Order: sequence, then structure tokens, then C-alpha cells
Amino acid sequence: MSSNLFGSLPTFPHGVHPDEYKELACHRRIERMPFVEVYTLPLSQHLGAPSKPVVKEGQKVRRGELIAEPGGFVSVGLHSPVDGVVHAIDLFDHPNGQVLPAIQIRTDRFSTQQLTIQPGTPPEEMTTPEFIKAVQWSGMVGMGGAAFPAHVKFSIPEGKTCKYLMINGCECEPFLTCDHRVMVEYARDLVDGTRILAHFLKPEKVYIAIESNKPDAISILKEKTAEMDFPMEVIALEVKYPQGAEKMMISAILGTEVPSGKLPLDVGVLVSNVGTAVAMSQYFRQGLPLVERVVTVSGTAVKRPSNLLVPIGTPMRDVVDYCGGITVPSPRILLGGPMMGMVQKNLDVPVVKGTSGILALTEREVRDLDTYSCIRCGRCLDACPLFLNPARMGLLARKGLWEELEENNIMDCFECASCSFVCPSGIPLVQSFRVGKAMIRERKSKK
Amino acid sequence: MKTIISTSPFLHHQVTTPKIMWEVVYTLIPVLGVSVYYFGMSAILVSAAAVAGCLVAERVFDKEKKAVGDGSALLTGVLLALCLPPGFPLWMAFLGGTIAIGVGKSLWGGLGQNVFNPALLGRAFLQAAFPEAITTWDLPNGHYWGVRGTNLAMPFFKGQPVDAVSTATPLSQLKFSHEVTSTMDLLLGNVSGSLGETCGILLILAGVYLVLRKIINWRIPVSILLTAGVFSGILYAINPQYPSPQFTILAGGMLLGSVYMATDYVTSPLTSRGIWIYGFGIGFLVVMIRVWGGLPEGVMYAILLMNAVTPLINRFTQRRVYGHEK
Ligand code: SF4
Ligand code: SF4
Repeated sequence: MSSNLFGSLPTFPHGVHPDEYKELACHRRIERMPFVEVYTLPLSQHLGAPSKPVVKEGQKVRRGELIAEPGGFVSVGLHSPVDGVVHAIDLFDHPNGQVLPAIQIRTDRFSTQQLTIQPGTPPEEMTTPEFIKAVQWSGMVGMGGAAFPAHVKFSIPEGKTCKYLMINGCECEPFLTCDHRVMVEYARDLVDGTRILAHFLKPEKVYIAIESNKPDAISILKEKTAEMDFPMEVIALEVKYPQGAEKMMISAILGTEVPSGKLPLDVGVLVSNVGTAVAMSQYFRQGLPLVERVVTVSGTAVKRPSNLLVPIGTPMRDVVDYCGGITVPSPRILLGGPMMGMVQKNLDVPVVKGTSGILALTEREVRDLDTYSCIRCGRCLDACPLFLNPARMGLLARKGLWEELEENNIMDCFECASCSFVCPSGIPLVQSFRVGKAMIRERKSKK
Repeated sequence: MKTIISTSPFLHHQVTTPKIMWEVVYTLIPVLGVSVYYFGMSAILVSAAAVAGCLVAERVFDKEKKAVGDGSALLTGVLLALCLPPGFPLWMAFLGGTIAIGVGKSLWGGLGQNVFNPALLGRAFLQAAFPEAITTWDLPNGHYWGVRGTNLAMPFFKGQPVDAVSTATPLSQLKFSHEVTSTMDLLLGNVSGSLGETCGILLILAGVYLVLRKIINWRIPVSILLTAGVFSGILYAINPQYPSPQFTILAGGMLLGSVYMATDYVTSPLTSRGIWIYGFGIGFLVVMIRVWGGLPEGVMYAILLMNAVTPLINRFTQRRVYGHEK
């Protein structure tokens, strides 16, 4: 465990302290976004094989009804977010910039959108394979951003055990507050979903990890977990980026490292996002599959920063308009946080399962930096949570020395961007590592 | 609606390279001020000449015509001036500046590529080329508005200037005539020496400020001064003929070197462990040179020597990468 000698909170070594900008939205209660006319549901909203449609154009669907089934083991189900009619199954713009197959649903304007589905067998009466299958068909993915199918993560391979289950409520990216609000407003569901997970994963202990800048979430979850029949510890971690990265959370809480190229499960840890835990409870207790999620709409260029409960498939433009629209002529629109998020040039794409935030920033926050030579100040070395040498890697990447880059462990880099954040010379470090990693992977696959 | 496109991260810690360089330069203004107080206009003239030399060289050697803007050449010039005597001929100071940047930096490929501290390299060149001029020290409080005649000496013209009063620095006094300067004088700067080697208190304050602002790594001055203090303390305990620890730390270029020269990013190690080795090496070498070497001062050579082994130190103190065995 990291030092508590000076009364400091547990954390990992290195890392950075970006401005938080959380105050823009962290006190805004989650609002339900009104239903809109059209929903577009890409068949690939998760890592792995796309889902396979089980509906036809023109078919009527109910809210929560399955519209596409898993297309393989590493794939999940997809459900209609509204009562409506399948309008088209075609190619549509995807937030990742590609044009991909999706199911478009036109909302039934006269429906009350009451949920008619019922929960199935209580999870406590399920076998583990039944549970895994139920999770898969419920469309559950990791809600932290990567959208990895949840059931794959929960399938513990032979010979491995989950000793610690960690529920990740760190939310270390600036601006994002959706997990914070979820923890405060859905504390009961969160603890219940965690309990369900613990029932199947059988950990010795559960940790709910939260950065100390969310004291309300910490206190309410402490209260709720105290009532549980399972050892759950709510643990406050130091506010530091990237505290929410799995590896960093593990070293903060347990003081152990995940060996290079291995998974947290190799050291007996399974990490799940708070949103996923809440969704588990809502599915198993209320029958609600993953058809909506909480999205933070924030940034200094947004009229009314908010946390919204948005049906999956809602066009981002509608979401932003609901928040009063954008106040500057040329904002920078991002999906996810400002450290690891992606630029979105097109708002005519839907909110997908992995959309944690839609940010609109002004030029004041995101000025382009002048670049200077590397002054070997060492700031990037002191920032890198993996103890890599970004200064050297940057030099090698600029020269295109891929082999040497690999020797300098570039493949360990998880692109947290801490190095670029601190570099006083404005050198695009992580940007060049993305290219470097892609080059190395490509060369590998050619061999 | 126009959106600006690029890739993450979109936030930046607002510290930039020019801001760092300028901030260091700002901390040197009081140091220069004291210098002017003690040595008069000469201090300003010598500094201006050294800075001009650096900027001209930076401009000439920089192909992209951009580097002058990063502020590093200006800083090098000021630092070089601070380790020159007040009566130093201006043309030599200018030449030293061009060498510092030209040979000390541009030749290596520009900012970030050099192994040796450019200001010290310039100073080492001047010491080798003009051993006499660089050891001609003036008493402080001599000429307040006046300009020292030696300042105006012309190249290749060996007229002995009229008012050159060569005195001994505290270090040479101790070394060659065993006279000890009082700690108070050293702290206040009422001694002869280079422009920036006089007022100890100011340098300590500047160092604390730069550490608090996280511009310099505290480990560097601390490790140097600690090593030098302890090492000289042991010698002093054995034989009080040797310089005392407080004298070792306050006299000569020790403080200027530990706060401003050894902390140069480019030429100091990148890892914390490396920095301890580096600082230990400098502190140790300074005392060695001062006590047993032929020269009264050793800070410059100690730092340059440790600069030379910095790439090696970096190589051997690389931190184990997360999730990897040793
Ligand atoms: S932070 Fe930037 S300037 Fe400093 S060492 Fe790293 S790459 Fe070089
Ligand atoms: S982006 Fe990669 S190299 Fe940079 S700090 Fe993060 S892990 Fe380290």
C-alpha cells in the first residue's frame, strides 16, 4: 500500500494534476433526456464482433426489446431504447469516424414509453454460465469508455481467481462527472450490482475506489456498504490523473504491479466501472437491459453543463441542444475526457454505450502549443505512471526508429497522455507513441 | 460551425519552455542588481556583452530562426556574465558568449543536445584563453558609476589599464595566504569575486524560490551542498587549516553553481537516483580541487566533469519500468 505515513491518501507513484473543471457539472442532478424522434444504434458499440440484427425494417419494437443478438462470444446483445418502428438497417456515421451498419428506430409518438419487460430469474438462483450468458444478452459493456463486453471480463479462466473485486469510481478525467452523480444518486443500485457480481466472482474482498474529491459519494457509499452482508470497503484515493487506470488503482490499493503484458486477473484483481455495476442491478432486478446511460455534457462552451440519462442511440446534436447548445462559434468537441478523449467533428452521430461525456471546449482551454526542442527537463519521466522514458521515446519516434522504440517498452504505454500534458516544450509525445505503436503492430503482423 | 481538430490531450500544464527560461532570468535580476551595487556599471556592461554574444551566436547558428525565442540563449548569457570578473574586457565577454552558444550548444545540435553546460563551457574557454584577465579581481565598492578601464580593453592590444586594482578573492586569500573571510561578508557579498559569486543570501533565496516553483530539482543543490559541507566538515575537524564547511559553501561559485549551473536540465541527469550521484560527485570534486588542486576554485570543473558522465549516469540509473522485472 502506498504510504500513509504523512496522513496522505493512497495513490500510485508519478502522475499529474490537471485542472479538474468538475465544478461545472458535479452538482447537477441527473436529468432524464426527453425522447427524440429517431435513434441510431450501431451494431458495433463494443470491442469484438458486431451484433446481428434480429428485426426487420418496418417491424414494431418495444422499449428494452432485443433487436440484435451477440455475433460471437466477444459480442453482446443490443436493445431498442424506445417503443417504435425499425426504420432502417443500413450504414450510418459512427462516433469513431467510420460509417458502420446500424439499426435506426423511429419513436412511436403515442407511446408512454413505459417499460413492459420483467426481470428474469433472480441472479442468486443462476449458475455461473447462466449468469454470464444473461450479462452478454443484456448488452452490458464496460462503461468507463473502452466498452469491452462485461461478460467476457467476468468469465474467469480456469486456474485464475478473483481475489479482489474493485469497483472503479475514480473518474480522474477532468470535466467528467457522470460516475460521480451515478454514485451519489444510484448508490443503492451500485451496491446491489456489486453484491451480484461478488456472488459470482467470489472475491475475498470488494473495494469501491473513489477519488477524494467526491466526498458525498464516499459518505453515501460508506453508509450503504455498511448494511451489506459482504466485506466491501469504500476507499478514498488521492486526486491524481490517471488514478482511474486499472493498473494505477491496483498499485494504489494493493501496492502490487500487474506484470507487463498481463491482466489484472493475473494478480487476482478484477476491476469494474461503477456504471457497469449499476447497470447490472437494473438489469437483474428491473429487467432493464443496457438501453440508456448517464452522459456528462460539459465544457466551458456548453450553455448548461449537465449530467443526462440518455437513451443509447440519441443523436449527439439533440443532447447538446437539450443543454442549451454551444456558446462559441468554433468549439472543440470531444467524446470522453480531455486527456484521452477523441475529437468529434460531427455531432450527427449517436450516443453509444461507451460515451461517458460530450465536451465542448473553447480555444482558451485548448490552445495549440508552440513546440520547442526537448530541454531534457525530466518532467515527462516524473509524470509517466509506468516509469517509461517519454523524452527518449519521443526522440526515437520522431526518427522512426521503431525497433529501438520497442526496446524502450513503448508497447507498455497505455496512452494516458500525462507526458504530453506536462511537456513544457509542447512536444506531441503521446501523439507520436500512438503512431509508433501502430507501426510496430503493423510490422509484427507482416512478419 | 467550425471545430478545431487535433488529438488528445487537450489540456496542458501551462508551464512552457520560454516561461521557465524567463522565470530563471527574472530570479537573476536581483543577483545582477547586487552586482551593480557592488561593482557599478561594469556589471551591466559585462552582462550585456555576454548576452549579446550568446544571442548573436544563437541567431547565426539556428537554421529555423526560432530558437532565440525560447529564452535559453539569453539565460546562458546572463549565467556566463555572472561568473566573470567585473573588470573583464567586454570584447572577451562577447567572445565567450559566442563560444558558449556556438561551441557549447549549436555544435551539438542545439538546445537539449549538448553534454556540457554552455555557460560553463564558455567560461572554461575564457579561462584557457585569457587566464590573466579572468583572474583580475576588483574590490567591490570601487567605482560606482564609473566604468573600469579594463572593460574597454581592445583585442590584441595589451595596454595595461590605469585603474586596475587586483585583489584576492576569498578563495585565493585562503588558498595562498590562509586568510579567512568572515561568514557575514560572504553572505552579504561584500567580497571580491565574479559578478554573481558575491551575495550568498540572495542566491540561497533564489534557489529556494526556484525549488518551490518546481523549476529546479531540489535534489541537485541539496546533494551538492550537503556533500561539500560534510566532506569539508570532516577535513576541518581533522585540521582547522582546511576551509570550514560554511566557508566552503558560501565562498566562490559554490552557490551560483549549485543553484544555477548544475541544475541546467540538459546537462544534469534525468532520474532522481542519478541526480544524487551527480550532486555527490560535484560536491566531492569541488572540495578536492579547492583543497588539493592547484586552483583556488573548482566549481566550474567539478560541474563540467559531472556533465561529462551524465549520459552514463542516465544509462545506469534508468528506472525499472512498471510491471517489468529488474
Ligand atoms: S517533458 Fe518535454 S522537454 Fe521535458 S524532458 Fe520530456 S520531452 Fe523533453
Ligand atoms: S502516454 Fe505513455 S509514455 Fe506518456 S505518460 Fe502515459 S504511459 Fe507514459
